[in-house]
Amino acid sequence: MMGRLFEPIVIPFAALLVALLLFGIFITAAGADALGVFESMYRGAFGTWFSWQNTLVRAAPLMLTALCTALPARIGLIIIGGEGAVVVGGMTAALTGIVLTHASPIIVLTAMAFMGMTTGGLWIAAISALRHYRGVNETISSLLLNYIAIAIMNFLVFGPLRDPETLNKPSTYHIGEANMLTEMGSTSIHWGFGLGVIACVALWVLMRHTPFGFAVDITGGNMRAAKLSGLPVARLMIITSLLAGAAAGLAGMIEVAAVHGRANSSLNANYGYEGILVAFIARHNPLAIIPVAILFGGIRASSGLLQRDHDLPDASSLVLQGIIFIVILASETLYGRFSWLRAKEKTV
Amino acid sequence: MKKNEVDNKRRTLLKGALAVGMATALGGLLPSKAWAKKKVGMGFIYVGPRDDYGYNQSHYEGKSSLAKLDWVKAVDQENVPETIEVQKAMESMINLDGIQIVFPTSFGYFDPHILKIAPKYPDVMFLHCGGLWDAKKHPKNVGSYFGYIDEAVYVAGIVAGHMSKTGKLGFIAAMPIPQVLRNINNFTLAARSVNPKITTTVVFTGGWSLPVKEAEAANSLIDQGIDVLTCHVDSPKVVIETAEKRGIYSCGYHTNQAVLAPKGFLTGAQWNWSKVYQDYAEMISKGTKIPNLVRGGFKEGLVTSSPYGKVVSAKAKEQADKMRASFMNGSMVVYKGPIKDNTGRVVIAAGKEYKQTDIWLEGMDWLAEGVIGSTKG
Amino acid sequence: MNETEFSLLNILIAVIGGAIRVGTPFLFVSLGECLTERSGRINLGLEGTLMMGAMTGYGASYLSGSPWLGVMAAGMTGVILGGVHALLCQQQKVNDIAVGIALMLLGTGLAFFLGKPLIQPTAAHLPALHLGSWSDSPVIQAALDINVLFVMGALLAPAMAWFFRYSRWGLYVRTVGESADAARAMGLNVNRVRMYSTMAGGFLAGVGGSFLSLYYPGGWSEGLSSGQGLMAVALVIFARWNPVYCLYASLLFGAAATLGPTLQSIGMTWGYYLFHAAPYVLTLIIMITTSSSTRLLSGMPGQLSNVK
Repeated sequence: MMGRLFEPIVIPFAALLVALLLFGIFITAAGADALGVFESMYRGAFGTWFSWQNTLVRAAPLMLTALCTALPARIGLIIIGGEGAVVVGGMTAALTGIVLTHASPIIVLTAMAFMGMTTGGLWIAAISALRHYRGVNETISSLLLNYIAIAIMNFLVFGPLRDPETLNKPSTYHIGEANMLTEMGSTSIHWGFGLGVIACVALWVLMRHTPFGFAVDITGGNMRAAKLSGLPVARLMIITSLLAGAAAGLAGMIEVAAVHGRANSSLNANYGYEGILVAFIARHNPLAIIPVAILFGGIRASSGLLQRDHDLPDASSLVLQGIIFIVILASETLYGRFSWLRAKEKTV
Repeated sequence: MKKNEVDNKRRTLLKGALAVGMATALGGLLPSKAWAKKKVGMGFIYVGPRDDYGYNQSHYEGKSSLAKLDWVKAVDQENVPETIEVQKAMESMINLDGIQIVFPTSFGYFDPHILKIAPKYPDVMFLHCGGLWDAKKHPKNVGSYFGYIDEAVYVAGIVAGHMSKTGKLGFIAAMPIPQVLRNINNFTLAARSVNPKITTTVVFTGGWSLPVKEAEAANSLIDQGIDVLTCHVDSPKVVIETAEKRGIYSCGYHTNQAVLAPKGFLTGAQWNWSKVYQDYAEMISKGTKIPNLVRGGFKEGLVTSSPYGKVVSAKAKEQADKMRASFMNGSMVVYKGPIKDNTGRVVIAAGKEYKQTDIWLEGMDWLAEGVIGSTKG
Repeated sequence: MNETEFSLLNILIAVIGGAIRVGTPFLFVSLGECLTERSGRINLGLEGTLMMGAMTGYGASYLSGSPWLGVMAAGMTGVILGGVHALLCQQQKVNDIAVGIALMLLGTGLAFFLGKPLIQPTAAHLPALHLGSWSDSPVIQAALDINVLFVMGALLAPAMAWFFRYSRWGLYVRTVGESADAARAMGLNVNRVRMYSTMAGGFLAGVGGSFLSLYYPGGWSEGLSSGQGLMAVALVIFARWNPVYCLYASLLFGAAATLGPTLQSIGMTWGYYLFHAAPYVLTLIIMITTSSSTRLLSGMPGQLSNVK
């Protein structure tokens, strides 16, 4: 037991410490007080109940966009199209909300979530279908589709779907205050966080404890072998991508329903790109996405305090994220090198 | 209350910041008069980088001017997107830094973000740059301030009208929204008051900060023979430098860009936020009630013209100075009929006029006669 | 009649000039990516390299007064980032696309962080060749003000094609890219060849960045790159891993970016938001029509298909 858990827990934590150390050296070289900076980071991200809420609410979209990269990665597809799926999901969710605005809120929200997830899902599923049937590189096509999604949204928001009342920030019409997604209990964390956790747990169960997930992992491990053993590779790929895109589309729907009430250029807030990082650091494990997303939410949450208390530029959180990502990737190579631990355990 | 207790406990761990921290954290709970003598905490939020040679920098310069007032604690945060991030940035300034007055400076921060957070913190004042506050609809602790920079753009248009030889002006704009369209129209109307044959060609780049597109737009406009170029994007640096490189005149925007174009710079429209921010600081320290709506142009000192460049002719200077004086004494009304748009439709009938403060002007969706371009994306 | 013809010609020349100006960074980054990919690895981090190159190039030019030192500094930064990429990728189980994304983030973050003091100052810019001085038309003169870097890039493209086809090192790179096993059988050190290719590719991407800050649009700001580094990866596919096609594709992408503003400046104003997406749609269509599920994309290095 000890040996099995040793690697997935000790290695990431050690890597995180190394990354923080490197970041500390970097900011000391840049003339900041590293200990003070770490103090502020802790205070801004986890130091008070307010900071915790700040962190968790930022983690909400990251969990869902991380799933958009993590699930396809399990089957061997590197998809970086979460940003586009968020945008199209948010767009169609907003349209649904506008059309149904007078229905009861529960119906509106359900329909919005359904439409957002469907469009996001189809958006990403199209990428893996292109990969499977036409051999189109999924990484590049998903990247291109991000730009295309954003252009379509801008065209619609500035043109045919613009609410003329939104003067200097063109947006669609509002879905109606009554239809907004509320906050969880007395916290200031909207339900997006809850939905994110539920999605991560549900997809973890699906991926780790069902025949479907097992088939996906086999395909991801060796596609040729999977084909030879008669697994429906195409169907597995498309269903996985559909689920992945649905998660990102749901993130878009939540942005509209919990934050903006409309669709506008703020949907393109880089959650999709940050989700890629979260997915890789969580090693594409849906359950591990939850703490990693919270960690990244915390980095973003404390960024303001670093600017205010230490005069560091906003880019310091980018640098920190980059360092963490690189060190974690480098630590990948350590897995499996501690097998002697397991061996020892057996002999005991 | 619990939030503040926890907050205070954490603060005791902070060396040095102890006294200030306690005072400001408590300050937020006491009625306004009690904290009149204490340190005033002001927090600024920008949508882009502090030093963009443009809009965000103009606010940062305003914030920096507070440094000389030792009873003000001013903090700021850059690159805050118009998402839940800005809500949390405001709350974080209030909860962790004890800020009593927040200045979210980007247009998109207002609805829904400020409107959502303000009711939670009734003792904190939220002053939004953009002038959207409406007494009937919005909370009492929200207010807004904005400058009529289009007055300064009008003056720049007068200078441009005098200096242009080809009669073609160029305007590089981010997107067709009312604030931008109003500047384009003011620039054009002013130039045409000098020479009715003048046209302004507009290129919309589609984003607030796209240097390559802005440079390409500048080059293609210059290729079409325009000889005075101005812009409304977040950072005018690239546009002004490209104009200078190609040897034509330019008018600046947001901040003073004279140093970027020593040969061809004419003048420019600048914000003067230092005044606004210092006024607010004074009001808080004296405990006077803060007005919910602050607006103004030249007269109120919220906007200024950049100093004239070397090449500007005496006549152009004289006319521009005269125009500024008429704005100062309130006799100048830009939107006085008859005014047609560039499709030939009469938008303001003869005899009708819209004063600077008229709310109708803030929904502008047309381009004046003489503008080559379209508001449709 | 005659006059309109002349102005059409002017527009055409202006678009060509714009294509060259806007296309040059695409050219350098795509040549760099082409070299790296031919050795069998994708470097998605060139966006970060581009930004770091732009920042260090500008800084070096500002401090030394020589834009060419800036170009060299930018290239060397690219070499370092390329080296990091190669070093990480040659570890077991490390995915090259993930490393690329990490370096994109780190490069951009470092460039923004360290570049703060460079936003305000003005550094010495790269000179242009005034190839249009024969003409009286200022439009033609401006369009034919061509930067030396573009000329170098345009010469480098066929040189690189020659290098791949005829030189011994080119053969090494191709072999490593086609089949690592075959390369090992030939006694080649696969990791070392890939390391050199990624470092050289990084050099070119860094130089492309210095073009942005030292020539066009010029100056250092955080919005300087509009994703040219990322797009270069798509551009290489578009160009089928052929350096000469990279040159054509870069010019095409440059022209696509310049056409929008040009059309508006002559009064055509419809749908510019959709116009922004044109290069991406075009690339996607080409990828869809030329790919196939049964055979590799022609020109595609065999090892790239193994990228998981």
